[in-house]
Amino acid sequence: MTDAGRHPRIKLLTLSEVVNFKGYVGNFEVKILKRSRYVQEKECTACGECVKVCPVVRPDEFNMGLSSRKAIYSPFPQAVPSAYVINVNECLGHNPAVCSKCVDACEKKCINFHMSDEELTENVGSIIVATGLDPYDPTELDEYRYTRFENVVTSLELERIINAGGPAKGELIRPKDRKRPKSIGFVQCVGSRSLRKGSSYCSNICCMNTIKSTLAIKEHYPDIEIKVFYIDIRAFGKGFEDLYARSRRFGVQYLRGLPGTVEELPDGSLHIAVENTASGKLEFHNLDMLVLALGMRPAKSTQKLQEMLGLQLSPDGFFLEAHPKLLPVDAATRGIFYAGCAESPKDIKESVTQASAAAARAIRLMHTGSITTEPITSEIIKEHCKACGKCAEVCPYNAITVDVKKKAPAVVNSAACAGCGTCAAECAFGAIVMNHYTDEQITSQIDVMLEENQEEKILAFACNWCSYAGADYAGVSRLQYPPNTRLIRTMCSGRVDEKFIWHGFEKGAPVILVSGCHMGDCHYINANHWTVKRVEKVHKKMEKLGIRKERLQLEWISAAEGIRFADIMRKMETLRCSVSHEEIEKTIEVLKNKNKTD
Amino acid sequence: MKTNILSDQSVTNKDLSRIGVYICHCGLNIAQTVDCKKVAQTAAELDNVIVSKDLGYACSEPGQQEIKKDIIEHDLDRIVIGSCSPRLHEPTFRQMMHGAGLNPFLLEMANLREQCSWVHIKEPDAATNKAIDLVKMSVSRVSRLFPLYEETLPLIKRTLVIGGGIAGIQAALDLADNGFDVVLVEKKASIGGTMAQLDKTFPTMDCSI
Repeated sequence: MTDAGRHPRIKLLTLSEVVNFKGYVGNFEVKILKRSRYVQEKECTACGECVKVCPVVRPDEFNMGLSSRKAIYSPFPQAVPSAYVINVNECLGHNPAVCSKCVDACEKKCINFHMSDEELTENVGSIIVATGLDPYDPTELDEYRYTRFENVVTSLELERIINAGGPAKGELIRPKDRKRPKSIGFVQCVGSRSLRKGSSYCSNICCMNTIKSTLAIKEHYPDIEIKVFYIDIRAFGKGFEDLYARSRRFGVQYLRGLPGTVEELPDGSLHIAVENTASGKLEFHNLDMLVLALGMRPAKSTQKLQEMLGLQLSPDGFFLEAHPKLLPVDAATRGIFYAGCAESPKDIKESVTQASAAAARAIRLMHTGSITTEPITSEIIKEHCKACGKCAEVCPYNAITVDVKKKAPAVVNSAACAGCGTCAAECAFGAIVMNHYTDEQITSQIDVMLEENQEEKILAFACNWCSYAGADYAGVSRLQYPPNTRLIRTMCSGRVDEKFIWHGFEKGAPVILVSGCHMGDCHYINANHWTVKRVEKVHKKMEKLGIRKERLQLEWISAAEGIRFADIMRKMETLRCSVSHEEIEKTIEVLKNKNKTD
Repeated sequence: MKTNILSDQSVTNKDLSRIGVYICHCGLNIAQTVDCKKVAQTAAELDNVIVSKDLGYACSEPGQQEIKKDIIEHDLDRIVIGSCSPRLHEPTFRQMMHGAGLNPFLLEMANLREQCSWVHIKEPDAATNKAIDLVKMSVSRVSRLFPLYEETLPLIKRTLVIGGGIAGIQAALDLADNGFDVVLVEKKASIGGTMAQLDKTFPTMDCSI
């Protein structure tokens, strides 16, 4: 920690959050809100005189509320930076009539109430997302009575209780009477591996964390009786099984089965009922203290950041990597990498390993000092451009400029263009060529797939990042669905031009599916908003023409939703069966007549 | 060094293209459901297809060598690979194209594994028909593709690390020690994250800070 704090190449911004982001790989521009510390970071010597005079007492978050701190405080003794910080919402304020005692106490005069939040702009070539985790909040699991009985504590609270620097100075005591417990129970999988409450995934670290705690306790207090209630003990890593065996040798009892009820006895001890699934018997245990081994949840900031950076999430809510085996630290967006629990629950060793991998991937990208861009971008055919400005309006990257007044043709900044193709789909004059996904390239695919047996086929458009990947995921999971879908890949659902849909119907497609990323998950910021508008427009036109609008479906399928993809394919097949030969023929005729009159 | 496609019509005449089609068995992953030979034979009949073959593993070194050899021998200018998802091996085959002197963007992949053989395991005939359609669509598309050229842009040798827990700290240090500037952003008043709260850490039982 201190190495990171004083490294000349690391600019450390604490109390800071990313609030805005734009640009592309190699050239990201990030806005960071740095909230004010109200203590000059470089001047503060952490002498602690200010704390002595501060009258505001608040629970100490670092010690999980088991001790108190002041409104001006150091987060913990080894904090980096070591400067103190004022929680301005708790502070009584600098109005002399109110308080400002700390200002008077500070010899270095480094407390300044006039500091204000700053917005900084940083230009970077790559980004590593290491936003970590939130511990599971066990209050919803009422059967463990965490909110009612003081001697039911979380694993993180136990960490603080037994820490030498913690509120009990390393003495193991239970909260209610501050006495040393004679027996302790650990409940595993709190918030993990449950479809009912918490999460269905395994949080990866809780088994080993409990084993570690049992060892730490047994080494200091061999007489304390320890019982661990578990579903499975997962001691899969290097050296883990040894620790587990050692814990058992110390006499820690491992009982298979999670407690059903917890009751408090008059002396504050706990009476728990548990079905021992190894013996099949209902057992009762009296314990002085119960520790809930908390699972991990994605950090609260995950979703906000995911939307801002245009990243994807897995169904568990953690960040989704570009490929689960071959690109485990890369995001689908080039130049962004993941490290630590932001991507999935992991222990310290795995976090460190992944962090080094992410750093190496970032270095691999940056070391030459230049970057080759994807050439899949849009281009303007100047002669056809009427300078209406629509393309500039729809471009999520502001990569197109049009001078509407001067009627000068649009210009694409190919470095900023990410290649979603929305502009080409929205251009009413055919003046935009989307490289690699031109009108002709896509319509030729439609023509070929509808050459024969067209009435049996489902024409589906899928965006590269979510729905096409979702289809791949269905494949990897071997989910079976009807074999008459023909998928056409575009980079973004925003590329699906209205004329592709009409072309498909005219060629005899019974049903058409347009699919893309969920709202907020679009790889091209918000290009899929235009997909929605376009499909709505086509639906209205279909109604006017007497074509059943159900025959055009719009669905959002994420890269992790293989099951959803397969379900939608089955739904599309049911829908297809409802479209008769006459209906298709009639549509073809209507559209032919429409083309004549247009 | 980007060529405007509108002025680069030299390689875009679809009637003159010379296409090679390769249907990958992927061991049995594709071949146990899809009749790869039949797909390759059907593709051979298509316009402008000069070579059409089925291969054991198109992505393997011998597989790639065979395609490269054909490119030179038959003067092929576009390639269709019917194999796994392009999300997996498109970079592999683009590199192969480059190695054979072709523009990497004159490649098209038909997804015969993730989106065909694996999802229609019990319907080999329908899967084969689908595979034929997918390959036909790819051949039609590939003949209409334009060569594209990558552009080289300057890059900022600096990394933003979001989050100052153990992962963020380690990543920042590795980058900084390798001579790259780092901006490390932490929401709280101190770095350290959840790790700093832990008493001892497994498996070595030493303290976390």
